[in-house]
Amino acid sequence: MTCSRLFDRRTRTLLVIIGCLLFFFVVFLGAWLYGRQGEVTNLTLRKISPGWGQPFGTDWLGRDMFARTLQGLRLSLGIGLLAATCSAIIALILGLAAATLGKTVDVVITWLADAGMATPHLVLLILISFACGGGAKGIIIAVAASHWPALTRVIRAEVMQLRTSDYVRLSRRLGKKPVWIARHHLLPHVVPQFLVGLLLLFPHAILHAAGLTFLGFGMSPHIPEIGTLLSESMRYLSSGMWWLAVAPGLTLVVSVMAFDLLGNNVRALLDPKTMRE
Amino acid sequence: MLDIRDLSVSFTSYSFGLKRMEVCVVRGLDLSIAPGQIMAVIGQSGAGKSLLAHALLGILPRNARVEGQMSFKGKPLTPYRLSALRGREIALIPQSVTALNPLLRVGGQVTRAALLSGISKKEAPATVRQAFVRYLLPKGVAAWFPRQLSGGMARRVLTATATVGMADLIIADEPTNGLDPITARESLGHLRELADTGKAVLLITHDIEAALQVADMVTVFHAGATVEVARAEDFKEPGNLRHPYTKALWNALPANNFVGTMKPIARASNADGCPLQFCCNDQDSVCGQSVPMLKRSGAGWVRCHHA
Amino acid sequence: MLEASSLAYRYGKQHPWLFNELDLRITPGEIVGVSGPSGRGKSTLAKVLAGYLPPGKGSVMIDGRPLPASGHCPVQLLFQHPELAVNPRWKISKILREAEEPTPVILQTLGIESAWLDRYPHELSGGELQRVCLARALGSSTRYLLCDEITSMLDALTQVHIWRVVLNLARSRRLGVLVISHDKTLIARLCSRNITCLEGAAALS
Repeated sequence: MTCSRLFDRRTRTLLVIIGCLLFFFVVFLGAWLYGRQGEVTNLTLRKISPGWGQPFGTDWLGRDMFARTLQGLRLSLGIGLLAATCSAIIALILGLAAATLGKTVDVVITWLADAGMATPHLVLLILISFACGGGAKGIIIAVAASHWPALTRVIRAEVMQLRTSDYVRLSRRLGKKPVWIARHHLLPHVVPQFLVGLLLLFPHAILHAAGLTFLGFGMSPHIPEIGTLLSESMRYLSSGMWWLAVAPGLTLVVSVMAFDLLGNNVRALLDPKTMRE
Repeated sequence: MLDIRDLSVSFTSYSFGLKRMEVCVVRGLDLSIAPGQIMAVIGQSGAGKSLLAHALLGILPRNARVEGQMSFKGKPLTPYRLSALRGREIALIPQSVTALNPLLRVGGQVTRAALLSGISKKEAPATVRQAFVRYLLPKGVAAWFPRQLSGGMARRVLTATATVGMADLIIADEPTNGLDPITARESLGHLRELADTGKAVLLITHDIEAALQVADMVTVFHAGATVEVARAEDFKEPGNLRHPYTKALWNALPANNFVGTMKPIARASNADGCPLQFCCNDQDSVCGQSVPMLKRSGAGWVRCHHA
Repeated sequence: MLEASSLAYRYGKQHPWLFNELDLRITPGEIVGVSGPSGRGKSTLAKVLAGYLPPGKGSVMIDGRPLPASGHCPVQLLFQHPELAVNPRWKISKILREAEEPTPVILQTLGIESAWLDRYPHELSGGELQRVCLARALGSSTRYLLCDEITSMLDALTQVHIWRVVLNLARSRRLGVLVISHDKTLIARLCSRNITCLEGAAALS
C-alpha cells in the first residue's frame, strides 16, 4: 500500500518493465565484460566465501563464482529465449490452424495439446533432449517441443471466440473480405496474447533448460551453465561452501521472477480495459 | 436504513505515457432508503447507478476514488465495516444466472449463501428449504445446475440466494432485463413481498415503467448526480414532477408522449455549474455559475436552480 | 422490396422449427414491427433476414434477387448489445469508418461528438455506442435496417432520440425498417406513424 502511494500505477508498471530490461542488459553486458574469466583457475584464491573482492566467492579451483554465474545466466537466458520463441511460434501456428482449418485439424491439434499437457514436462524434456543428443540443441528442441500446448489453447480459444463474435460476423455483412478481417479484427487480439504468452513462457523455458543440465541431460559439464554450477555445487555443500549453490540459484530465481513480472505488466499495458487505469 | 450523502466517484486514467487525468464520473449522488420501502434508482447507462451499486458492494476498479458519506443503520459505512456487512446485512440480487457457479448444483449454492450470511450449519438446511418453498421452487430444483433453470426460475433462485440470510438491505440490479413481461412482473412482485416484510429494497433499473409498478419512491440519477427524489405516484401526473430531466423522461415514454424534449447526454460535464447545463432547455446564466443543491420540494427532493 | 417467402429455421435436425412458413414483406420507407415473448425466434428471424444465418427452408429476396453473399449487404442488422457488436480494441473513429466514411450529416443527426472518436468502446455509454453502431450501419448502400431490441437496454430519453433519428432516416432515405421489440407500446408508437404494422407474433407462432 505504501508503495502504491509513492508512484502512480502507470509509473510503477513502466519502472518494473524498465527495471527488468535493465537487469537483463546488465547480465549480458557483465558476461561479455568478464569474458572467459570464470574459467581461469587461481589456486591461491580457493574456497573464499562471498566478500568485497569476490561478491559470489570462489570455488574449489579458485574460479570466480560471480563471473561464472553471469556467464551461466547468459547462457541459460539465451537458450531459454530461443527455446521459448520457437515454442511460441509453434503455438501460434498450431493455434491458428486449429481454429481456422476445420474440425479434423482442430480435433488432432487439441488432442496433441491435451496429450502434451497430460505428460509430465520433465519426462518429455529428458526423453527429447536425450534423443537429440543433448547439448544446447537438445535443450532447445526439447523445451520448444514441450511448452507449446498451453499457449496453443489460449490462441485457439481466442480466435474461435473472435470468429463467432457479433462484430466479426457484422464485418462480413459490411462487405469486408476474410483477409481484411484477419488483419484488422483478429490480429489486434492475437498479437498481444502472443507477446504476453511468449514473455510468460521465458521463465519456464529458462528453468527447464537449467533443470535439464542440472540432471545431466543438457549441456556438457565443461560449460558453465547455471544448471552445471548448481549440480557441481551439490558435492561441496557438505563441506560448508553454501555460496556455490545459493548465489547462482538466487540469481536464477530473480531472473525468472523478473520475466514473470515483465509479462504480467506488459499484459496490463496492452489490454484496453486496464491500459488507462 | 441506508443514507448516502454527496457521494462522488472519480477515476484516474492515462492517455499516453505518464500523462494522467482525473475524471469525475459521479458527483453529488444522494440516496436514502427506509425499512419496508422499495427505492427505485433510475437513470441511463453512464448516469452512475451501476457505480453506486459497485461502491456499495466494494467492487469498484482499482483506479476509482470514492468520497462522500455513507451510513448504514445510523453508523458510518467504512470500507472495513462494508466488507463485514456485505452478504450478511447487505445482499445483492444479480442480473443473471451467470452470477451462479455453472458447475455447482443450485441447492448447494443457496446453502452456501445461507452459511456465509451467518446462519448456523444446523439451521441452514431448514432455512434453505423454506426459501425454496417461499419462491415456489420444486424440491427437485435444488439438484439442478444453473443452466437447467428457465428465465423465471433463475430469477427466483437468485432472489432466494440473496434473501436466504438475514439481509436487511437488498440491492436488485436490473431485475427485469431480458425477461418477458410476465416473468418481469413476477420478479418485481418478489421485491414487493420482501419490502412488505420490513426489508429495504434498492431497485436499480433503466426501465421506469417496471420500477413504477412496485416502487414507493424513485430516485432519478442523471449525469452523475441525484436530480430528483419523487414518490412513485408523482409519475402519474407530469405536473407533479419537479426536475426538467424527469419531466423529459416522462414525456419520452412510449405510453405517454414519446417525444424527446432534452438531449440525451449521459456524462457529467467537467465545467463549473449544473451538470445538466449543456442539455437542458431551461438553462440560463445561473446554471453555469454553481452546482445546485438538493432541496426539499413537497414530498420529494430536487436539484435544480429553477425548480 | 425485402421479401421473405415460406421462411423456416431450426438450429439442428433434432430441434423443432423456430418458425415455419413465414412470409414477410418490407417495402422501402415502411416500418414493420415484430413483437412477442422471448424465445420465439424473433432474433433468429432477424439474423436470417440479414444473411447471418442461412434459411432452413424458403428464401430471402431483395427486389426479386437473393441477398448478396459478399460485399456490403443492403440489409443491416443492429444488435441489442452494442458493446458486443464492436471490436473492443478499436477506437470509435475506426469503428465508424469500417464500412465507409460516415457523412457529417449522419454524425450530426445522431449526435456523435468528435470527442468520442479517440475513445475505446468501453469508455462510452450504451446509448452512445448504439448510436455509433447505427452510424456504421447507415452506409450509402444500406436499404433495410433490422433493429433487434436496440433500445431495450436504454433509458426512455435515449430510446426516443434514437427512434426519432431512425424514423427520419426511414422517411428521407426511404429505408425499410424492421422493429423487433417485446415492448408493444413502443411498436404501436413507431408503426402507427407509418403504413403498416405487422404484428409478427401471430405469424411466428
